[in-house]
Amino acid sequence: MVKVKEAVVKNWQLYLMLAIPVILTIIFKYLPMYGIQIAFRDYKASAGITGSQWVGMKWFERFFSSPNCWRMIKNTFLLAFYSLLWSFPVPIFLALALHQLRFQRFKTGVQTILYAPHFISIMIVCGMLRIFLSPTGGLINLLLGTQVDFLSEASAFRTIYIASGIWQDAGWGIIVYMATLAGIDSSQYEAAKIDGASMFQRIRFIDFPELVPTIVLMLIMSAGNLMNIGFEKVWLLQTDLNKATSDVIAVYVYQQGIEHAKYSYATAVGLFNTIVNVALLILVNKIVKRLSDDISFV
Amino acid sequence: MNQKNNGNPSGLSERTSDIILVVMSVVIAFIVAYPLYYVLIASVSNPYDVYAGKTFLFPSGFTLDGYKAVFADNNLLTGFKNSVIYTVIGTVFSVVMIYLTAYPLSIKDLPGRKYLSLFFIFTMYFGGGLIPTYLIVKQFGLINNIWALFLPGGVAVGNMIIVRNYFENSIPKELLEAARIDGASEWTIFYKLVVPLSKPIMAVMLVYSMVAYWNDWFTALIYLPGVEKAPLPLVLRNVLIKSSVAASQASTISGGYAELNKLTEMIKFSSIIVAAAPMLIIFPFVQKYFEKGMMAGAVKG
Repeated sequence: MVKVKEAVVKNWQLYLMLAIPVILTIIFKYLPMYGIQIAFRDYKASAGITGSQWVGMKWFERFFSSPNCWRMIKNTFLLAFYSLLWSFPVPIFLALALHQLRFQRFKTGVQTILYAPHFISIMIVCGMLRIFLSPTGGLINLLLGTQVDFLSEASAFRTIYIASGIWQDAGWGIIVYMATLAGIDSSQYEAAKIDGASMFQRIRFIDFPELVPTIVLMLIMSAGNLMNIGFEKVWLLQTDLNKATSDVIAVYVYQQGIEHAKYSYATAVGLFNTIVNVALLILVNKIVKRLSDDISFV
Repeated sequence: MNQKNNGNPSGLSERTSDIILVVMSVVIAFIVAYPLYYVLIASVSNPYDVYAGKTFLFPSGFTLDGYKAVFADNNLLTGFKNSVIYTVIGTVFSVVMIYLTAYPLSIKDLPGRKYLSLFFIFTMYFGGGLIPTYLIVKQFGLINNIWALFLPGGVAVGNMIIVRNYFENSIPKELLEAARIDGASEWTIFYKLVVPLSKPIMAVMLVYSMVAYWNDWFTALIYLPGVEKAPLPLVLRNVLIKSSVAASQASTISGGYAELNKLTEMIKFSSIIVAAAPMLIIFPFVQKYFEKGMMAGAVKG
């Protein structure tokens, strides 16, 4: 006790700085975690979180017996999985290529252009997509000479979602890789050049090995967020006709919870999503650990 | 290996490699930039020509009617004003929170530092989810209150860690020690030394927060149901996603349905430019800070 008191007296200014962040985190991060229990209760605003009646697994059972349940789980997983599959390698290739560019100002210029889409709101991106994909006068149809209503085609939804995601964020994704590559000792390149190594050999034997730990770390982090498919973009691109592939859990949680005020039910569905996510994080972490013993996570 | 001249097994000289790289970079940059360029030229072109596919590379005709309509639309103007206000308050709030958390946690011999860090980092990996958070915000009476946009975010933990690492790696400890020995309080050290010495990372954080708040609409969708408080992207949802133009516009148009349709299309293109331009104009000026700041902060995340 004496030690604690001493520490507080000595460092009170530092603890005071932390006061507001800690209070906000308790209220808006930890209290909601405590509130997750309404997934097992029949939440009534008048009774409060702990006062509402305990109903056990009722909401989970209702979700698993709802007609679109498996379609939503499948869509969420596939959209996330294909996104990761297609989007993840792009920044790596871009970074490896750009790093070899020797003309500094040209390189900076290209980077500026590649970063740009990241600074645009998803709302704007989806607005652009709606314009470009319009069957009449839309850029894509004009270029192809067709009149397809892409947003009404369930088979096109994932491609639209993923391609536009790559357009928006692949450029931004190179920053972390470029930072790693910038740390490479230039004497390695000098030596490689004297040995007559081509650009591709330098990438293959110097740059790529240097990137591997970063790639693994980024992969674990992305896999841990796999089921966290963003609500925003799917919601904005969803139409009645593409629901066969665009119906995902996040949108369902929003509709049930915020639009229909079914708080307990929506919390249960959201909790299920979180649990799958955490399970995937642990699974991927285990696999990666087995593959490479020397890379530790967090 | 036996190498002659600058020949090598893949058969490509340095010069050829350079040319391939440059051509590839130009093509990729073009693909990335073209959609935005197309929207820009379409926003000043005759909408019928845009429809007919006559504006792939250059504008056809020149008109600023779309922009005039955007700036005459009260909803869009209110949205623009709201977004500016939210961005300013949100950026200041968020950077202050990050700094107040990162500095104490960067001091190695602060008792309880490990647990305090864990307390924040845990929220990165696990949260209450949409609905429980919504209910807490509601319970605190923050629905339709603009503070609902800032307070529930708390501390941006990922950014806080970057700043904390920057403090640990880039501010000489001897300097802080010397100040402490001279009797400076922690507040003085924070304000007079740490803040001025961390300008590059502060620039990065300011821009990150600014972009996030300027582009955010989901938080407002949930916590600010009142139309008069909607930020610009949320107002644009009616224009871009629902494709409807405010009734106020419709009544001022003479020329009937065709004219209204034409104006709707023009407003779409020009409002995209109006919403995207501020961030796109600002960021090239701060780009150099990103890489620097990220590198200093990223050392052992």
